[in-house]
Amino acid sequence: MKDMNKVVDKILDAYPAKVMKNRKEHILVKDSDDIPKIGANTRTVPGIITNRGCCYAGCKGVVIGPIVDMVHIVHGPVGCSYYAWGTRRNKGRAKEGGKNFLNYAFTTDMQESDIVFGGDKKLAQAIREAVETFNPRAISVSATCPVGLIGDDIHKVAKDAEKEFGIPVLAFSCEGYKGVSQSAGHHIANNKLMKDVIGTIDIPQPKEKEFTLNILGEYNIGGDEWEISRVLNKIGYKVVACMTGNSEYEDIAKSHNADLNLVQCHRSINYIAEMIEIKYGMPWMKVNFIGMENMSNTLRNIAKYFGDEDLIKRTEAVIAEEISEIEDEMAYYKEMCEGKTAMLYVGGSRAHHYQGLLGEIGMDTILAGYEFGHRDDYEGRDVIPDIKLDADTRNIEEITVEKDEQKYRLRIPAHRLEELKKELPLNQYKGLITDMKTNTVVIDDLNHFETEVAVKALKPSFFGSGIKDKYMIQKMGIYSKQMHSYDYSGPYAGYKGAVNFARDTAAGIHTPAWSYTIPPWKKEPIIKGKVEGVEKVC
Amino acid sequence: MRQIAIYGKGGIGKSTTTQNLTAALGEMGREIMIVGCDPKADSTRLVLHGMAQKTVLETLRDEGEDIELDQVLVKGFKNIRCVESGGPEPGVGCAGRGIITSINLLEQLGAYTDDLDYVFYDVLGDVVCGGFAMPIREGKAEEIYIVASGEMMAMYAANNISKGIQKYAATGGTRLGGIICNSRKVDNEYEMIEAFAKELGTQMIHFVPRDNMVQRAEINKKTVIDFDPSQVQADEYRTLAKNIEDNDMFVVPKPMETDRLEEILMEYGILG
Repeated sequence: MKDMNKVVDKILDAYPAKVMKNRKEHILVKDSDDIPKIGANTRTVPGIITNRGCCYAGCKGVVIGPIVDMVHIVHGPVGCSYYAWGTRRNKGRAKEGGKNFLNYAFTTDMQESDIVFGGDKKLAQAIREAVETFNPRAISVSATCPVGLIGDDIHKVAKDAEKEFGIPVLAFSCEGYKGVSQSAGHHIANNKLMKDVIGTIDIPQPKEKEFTLNILGEYNIGGDEWEISRVLNKIGYKVVACMTGNSEYEDIAKSHNADLNLVQCHRSINYIAEMIEIKYGMPWMKVNFIGMENMSNTLRNIAKYFGDEDLIKRTEAVIAEEISEIEDEMAYYKEMCEGKTAMLYVGGSRAHHYQGLLGEIGMDTILAGYEFGHRDDYEGRDVIPDIKLDADTRNIEEITVEKDEQKYRLRIPAHRLEELKKELPLNQYKGLITDMKTNTVVIDDLNHFETEVAVKALKPSFFGSGIKDKYMIQKMGIYSKQMHSYDYSGPYAGYKGAVNFARDTAAGIHTPAWSYTIPPWKKEPIIKGKVEGVEKVC
Repeated sequence: MRQIAIYGKGGIGKSTTTQNLTAALGEMGREIMIVGCDPKADSTRLVLHGMAQKTVLETLRDEGEDIELDQVLVKGFKNIRCVESGGPEPGVGCAGRGIITSINLLEQLGAYTDDLDYVFYDVLGDVVCGGFAMPIREGKAEEIYIVASGEMMAMYAANNISKGIQKYAATGGTRLGGIICNSRKVDNEYEMIEAFAKELGTQMIHFVPRDNMVQRAEINKKTVIDFDPSQVQADEYRTLAKNIEDNDMFVVPKPMETDRLEEILMEYGILG
């Protein structure tokens, strides 16, 4: 067995003292069942080639962008909008009689004179054109860096437009430079959805008992939400809103009427989950839809929360049915992948979620880390009171909500909830580290150098990461999969998704095309030349 | 061609001094261009006898890329060529970026012709951001004069501007040519500014006394030399022009710590 401490030392030894001190806090080897402290959500060392994204990416790209019937206007020069156009592969379909603008990219395309004279007027014009041409249910405006620098008052423009056109216009001051990663953007998006959208449309409680859910932190990448909802519907749940994959504006406005919030990506949406509980009395449950076992456990947990005998029975029946459909195929891929190892460097949740699925096809995750996770995503929510708020975090607005006396209702009796909390992950997330095996490595804000050292030393068969490091890993001969967008594949969630993932992974591992190529600089000298005039010198 | 930037605290009289100075240089037969780098676009009002031309940035916005030089450059008293960079209304957009855009555009349009003896940049207030340092970056203005008076805040500003000059002097050829004292008639002003200039490692290039004639000429939208060339104050500006024309003392300033600046103020303001 490889000594992981040696690999970590190899990484750290290469750094200058100051960088080493910094990075040391973000890297740990799990060698016991204790949960060690890890440095997270702090500034990246300049020049280190991080894979992190920006605040705008987190706000518009992740949380707001997937809402299908809104026109999402990016206020700024064209690049910020163009390079975020469809790259996350958050899919959406128009509901009956509804609209879907996901395939468009809208931007104010700021030019030099807009920077000098201010872009407010152009933004107002863009909103007008969007309303006249597309008549969306609502509009979002996301600010990019220059907008913050010149101080365009996008909130006033939004307010005026709301008055004029009678539709919600949500403005986000999510300039890319805010915070240390895209995580800041998630928070900004959460705040606005909570303040201005959630709770604005009430629906009457149905006469017959319904089991209603919201899925939070699920963005329908590659169609994940469709597969999750297919199974949930089959059991008999009604999904009120998915935040925000494949959702409509009104779904989110109505979401406070549901019975339970399911939290998939903890990092990007836990703020909303917590605030809904305080304001409307709806608990949230940490779920994991990735992999057969995780999916089945999640379904059982949800059924247990409602405590309905029929529901519990249906759940077991559906689980059995779904698994019987895929188990042969999964076994086949397991045979192909058994004993191989994986590394995951993605998200604030995915590096955790996928470990179970990889395990089901016989692959151990030997290194995992988050780009933008906080300490609670690694160590569990119990550490939240101990997290030191630095200036970067304080810079992002923290909102507080109060109990809404009219709309607050207990979904299940308080004493039962307390009982359930003992066995179900209600309002709780244990974090990534607890599920890692011993002698594995956890690295926060992994960079290209560390990736290279780790890959060379540990030779994994699979590296799940993002676009920024994908090709550098692939060219080292390792199968590299974008876990933010699934490259061109998906869904990977749920039962059918698990098969897709297993199939892609088996195929990728057994097609090691890059390992067959030898780059020219390894075969021939890079510079050709001959030595002249040597005799004279001698 | 000597390219000169005039800096100083807001309201100190940069535009007035620059125009009266250029009027005197014009009288000496020099070819001059004034580039106003203030969004208010009032740097050439006296030379042009009123606000006469459209600013570079307005023109850029209205006409797009298709701009001719004569749309933004107007000749005034003694054929002084006047350009106003312009900029956004207060509280909107980015005036600093405007100046960068505007100066780049002037270069492209061929405003800097070889027959020019002087180009003057009249820059707004303090050097608040990179845009306002544009005239002293990238080897544009190599000579800088700071307009100051014996008032404390004017000297603070002058010292601050010197920090900016010091920064750009390291990478380009920008040098401080001197302090122009635009008198506010405070106690011991001459001695104080002279000591202040010396501490900065530069000189007081001229002490322009306070004279209501300047105000009277301004009301008539003229420089003093234009309004009444026989005035004593006109001679003051002629002297300033001559001192600048003959100046050969160009230094990298040594801005002082606030404590030292306050010492000078105490020494001359109270004890003197």
